[in-house]
Amino acid sequence: MIHITINGKVVECKDGEMLLSVIRRERIDVPTLCHHEAVEPSGACRLCTVEVTKPEWDGWCDYVTSCLYPAKDGLIVNTHAPKVNELRKSILDMYLARHPKSLKIKQLAADYGVLATSLETVVDGNNCILCTICTRICDHMGFSAISTVGRGHGKEVAPPLDMAPADCVGCLACAKNCPTDYIEYETGNGRLKIWNKEFEMVACTVCGKTTVTKEFAEHLSQQRDIPFEYFEKCDECHRKELSATMGKIANWEREVRS
Amino acid sequence: MQIDSPKKLKDIQKSFTEKSSKYPKKILICCGTGCLANGAMKLVDTFRDTIKTKKIKNMSVEMVKETGCHGFCEQGPLVIIEPDGTFYTKVKAKDIDDIIEKSLKKDEIIEKLLFENPVDGNKIEKYKNISFFKHQERIALRNLGKISAYDLDEYISVEGYKALAKVLTKMKPDEVIDEITKSGLRGRGGGGFPAGRKWKSCKAIESDVRYVICNGDEGDPGAFMDRSIMEGDPHAVLEGMMIAAYAVGASQGFIYVREEYPLAVTHLEKAISDCEKVGLLGDKILGTDFSFSVKIARGAGAFVCGESSALMKSVAGEVGEPRAKYVRSVEKGLYDKPTVLNNVETYVNVPVIINKGADWYAKIGTKKSTGTKVFSLVGKVRNTGLIEVPMGITLREIIYDIGGGILDNRPFKAVQTGGPSGGCLPEAMLDLPVDFDSLTEVGSMMGSGGMIVMDDKTCIVDVAKYFLSFLVEESCGKCVPCREGLWQLHKMLEKICAGKGTMEDLDKMEKLSENIIRGSLCGLGTSGPNPLLSTLKYFKDEYIAHIKDKTCPAGVCPELITYEILDNCTGCMACISACSFDAISGKKKEIHTIDQDKCTKCGACVTVCNYDSILVS
Repeated sequence: MIHITINGKVVECKDGEMLLSVIRRERIDVPTLCHHEAVEPSGACRLCTVEVTKPEWDGWCDYVTSCLYPAKDGLIVNTHAPKVNELRKSILDMYLARHPKSLKIKQLAADYGVLATSLETVVDGNNCILCTICTRICDHMGFSAISTVGRGHGKEVAPPLDMAPADCVGCLACAKNCPTDYIEYETGNGRLKIWNKEFEMVACTVCGKTTVTKEFAEHLSQQRDIPFEYFEKCDECHRKELSATMGKIANWEREVRS
Repeated sequence: MQIDSPKKLKDIQKSFTEKSSKYPKKILICCGTGCLANGAMKLVDTFRDTIKTKKIKNMSVEMVKETGCHGFCEQGPLVIIEPDGTFYTKVKAKDIDDIIEKSLKKDEIIEKLLFENPVDGNKIEKYKNISFFKHQERIALRNLGKISAYDLDEYISVEGYKALAKVLTKMKPDEVIDEITKSGLRGRGGGGFPAGRKWKSCKAIESDVRYVICNGDEGDPGAFMDRSIMEGDPHAVLEGMMIAAYAVGASQGFIYVREEYPLAVTHLEKAISDCEKVGLLGDKILGTDFSFSVKIARGAGAFVCGESSALMKSVAGEVGEPRAKYVRSVEKGLYDKPTVLNNVETYVNVPVIINKGADWYAKIGTKKSTGTKVFSLVGKVRNTGLIEVPMGITLREIIYDIGGGILDNRPFKAVQTGGPSGGCLPEAMLDLPVDFDSLTEVGSMMGSGGMIVMDDKTCIVDVAKYFLSFLVEESCGKCVPCREGLWQLHKMLEKICAGKGTMEDLDKMEKLSENIIRGSLCGLGTSGPNPLLSTLKYFKDEYIAHIKDKTCPAGVCPELITYEILDNCTGCMACISACSFDAISGKKKEIHTIDQDKCTKCGACVTVCNYDSILVS
C-alpha cells in the first residue's frame, strides 16, 4: 500500500492503481464520459484530467487523465485545480458545439457553468460522442462487430462497410451502455433489429415473452456452458420456477421435521 | 555463400573492389522515386543495351549502377560519371550515345547536360562544386547516390555490416548502449529523445521478449528523407536495427513503412531476403549467438500512425490510435512487451557511430544536438531537395547557401519547419541555429525535418489554415480536444481568411489552443495549434489586416482581393484564353476588363500575363 494526497487529504491505495478509481472511492466528483467499469480505460473524453505534482518536481505540475494514470507513492493530486476546471469547461464547450441536442452533454456542461457554446455549433451534430464504450464492450464480449470508422471530425461508430455486421449477435451491450442513448434498436413480433441486422428472439416456453436473440443464446451456450434451454425461459418464469422449487423444499423440510 | 564470420565480409569487400576496379569508369544513375518518374529506368536500360550491343572496349554493363536518391530531384534524372564526378542533369535516353562517346570513352564534358547555377547562370561540371551539395555533410545519406540500392555485396564493399561484426564480436550490449549514449544521438523522428537512454531503459525492463521497430511512416507533406533512405540504402537501416536489437536483447524487428512507398517496400524486402539467404538475418548471425529477424509491416497512410503508440497498435493489427504514454513503450510497447522504436534516420546513423566512434560523432553539430540532420528543403527556394547538414547550421545558410536563395529574387517571408505541427519563423530568426532545442524555444520544432520556404506572396493566415486543415483531416479523432478543438480553430481561420473574423476570435483561438495543448492525448494534439500560435506570434499584423482592414497583404485570400487590369495591358488576349470562367473580355490590342462577378480569383491570368498588367489588391 502507498499514500497519495488528493485535494489535501492523505489517502491509502494500491501501488499502480488508477487514480480515477481512488478518486471515486473517496467519493470525489470527477466527470467522465468515456469511462466504463467493465472495459479498459481509453482516455478519450479527457474530462477526468487532474493536476498532479510531487514535492521533488519543484513546483512543476502535470495534467493527466486520472483513468489511465497509475498512482505512485507521494503523488499530490488536485481534482479541481483552476486549470483543470478551465480545461473541463473548454472540453464541455467543444462537446456542446458538436452535440447541441444531447441532454446528457447539456446537463454536464451546465454543471460546469457552460450554458451555451462559445464555439461554432455543428449543425448536423448527432448524439454520438465517440466515447467508444460500445466498441470496447463489443470487443470485450468477444464479438468485435462494430468499430470506429474513419478519423478526425468524420469519425463514427459503424459495422464493417456499413453492412449488417456478420459478427453481431444482438446482445445489446452496445445500446444498453451508450451514455447518450444514441444507439437505436427495434423490437417486436419476436424479432430484434440493430445495426441493420435482424434477429430472431428466443421465446419463453412458459409465458411466451421473448428473452434474448437466438444467436446470443447459441453463443452463450457454446462459449459459456450455459444450456440453451436456460434461455427458453424468461427471467420472471425462472424466478417463479425457483420459488416453486424453494416452496417444495420448505414443505419437504417441514414434513421431515414433523 | 553463407556469411558466417566477419572474415567472410572482408573477403566479399575485397573481391567486389577488385571486380569493379577492372573498369575505369562508373555510371551512377539515380533511381529514386523522383528520377524514376522522370524516366531513369529507361536510361539504365539504354545504357546497358548500348554497352552490350556495341561491345565497347573496357566497358561492361556492370559499370551501370542504379543508385538511391541524390536529393536533387527537381534536376532529375541525374547521371554521374565516376571517378571524375561529372554531374549531368535532366538526362534523356537520346543523350546516352553522346555520353558514351564523349564522357565515357574520352574525358569530354557535355555542356548542355551540366547543371546551371540558378544564382549566376554558370554551368557547373562536378557535383562537389554545386552549392546544393557543397555545404552538406552526408552521414545518414552517405551511400545514397553512390552505391546500388539493392546489391548486398556492394553495401559490404563500402564497409557495410562492419559495425555489426564489430559489436557482435568485440562489444558487449552495454558497451554498445554506452557508445550510442556518448555519441549524443537523438531520435530523428522529431521528438529528439536520446537514443542511448531509450535503449538503456528498454534493456533494464525484465522480459523474455523485446522488440525493435523502425518507424518509416513518414507522414509530413513534402517530406521524403526516410523514403529516400529506405529506397536507396536499405541495408544501412537493417544494420542499424540489428545493432539496436543486439544492444537491447531483441530477436524480432519490424519496419513500419507506409503503403505509399512501394519502392521502399520492394527494396527493403529484397535487402531482407538477401540477408536471410546469406545468414545475416536469422539464427546465429556471423557465427555468434545473436539471432534476429525482421518483418515489414505496411501502414495504410494515416499520419497519426507515425506516432509511436498508434504505430504499435497498427503493427498489431488494431485501429491506429495513440494511447496515453504514462507507461512508456520501452516498458510496455508492441504486444505489451518492452519495445525500442526509432526512426529510419536514427538507425542509419548507428553503424557510422560504431565504426568511427562516439567521440567523432559528438564533435559534429552542437553540444546538445550532435551529428547531422536530413531536411527536405522545399517551397520558394531556387534549389529544392533533400539535404543533410550538421546540426547548428543557421536557417540562413540552409536557405541561401544550399537553397540558392528565394525564387525570382523575391523577399523572404517565413520558413516553416517541423512538418504540419511545426511553426513558421520570420526573417528575424534566420540566424537561428537549427537544432532540437533552439527550434522548440522559438515556438517551432525540428520534427522529422520538413522545411518549407515562403516568399512575400504567401499569406501567413492561409498557411496556418492549410496546416490546420491537414491536422483536422489527420487527427485520429479519439480525444476531444484534438478532434473538436482543431476543427474549431480551422473554422475560425476560415472565417478570418474570408474577412469575417473579429479581434475576439484571436483571443478565443489562443485560449482554445492552450486547452488543446493541455488536454490532448498525443503529440498530434499537443503540437496541433503550433502553426496557428507561431504565426500569430510573429505575424500578428497580417491577422489584424485580415480582420480590421479586410485585406490580404499577400494577395492570396480570394474573398479579400480583387483582380484589375491596368492601363499597360497590350491586349494580347493571353489572359482571356487562360480564364476558365470567361471573366475577362476585350479585343485584340485593346485593354481587357475583368467581370468581378465572374472572377473566382484563381490567379490563372496573372500567371500568363507577360506585362505585369494585372493588379491584385
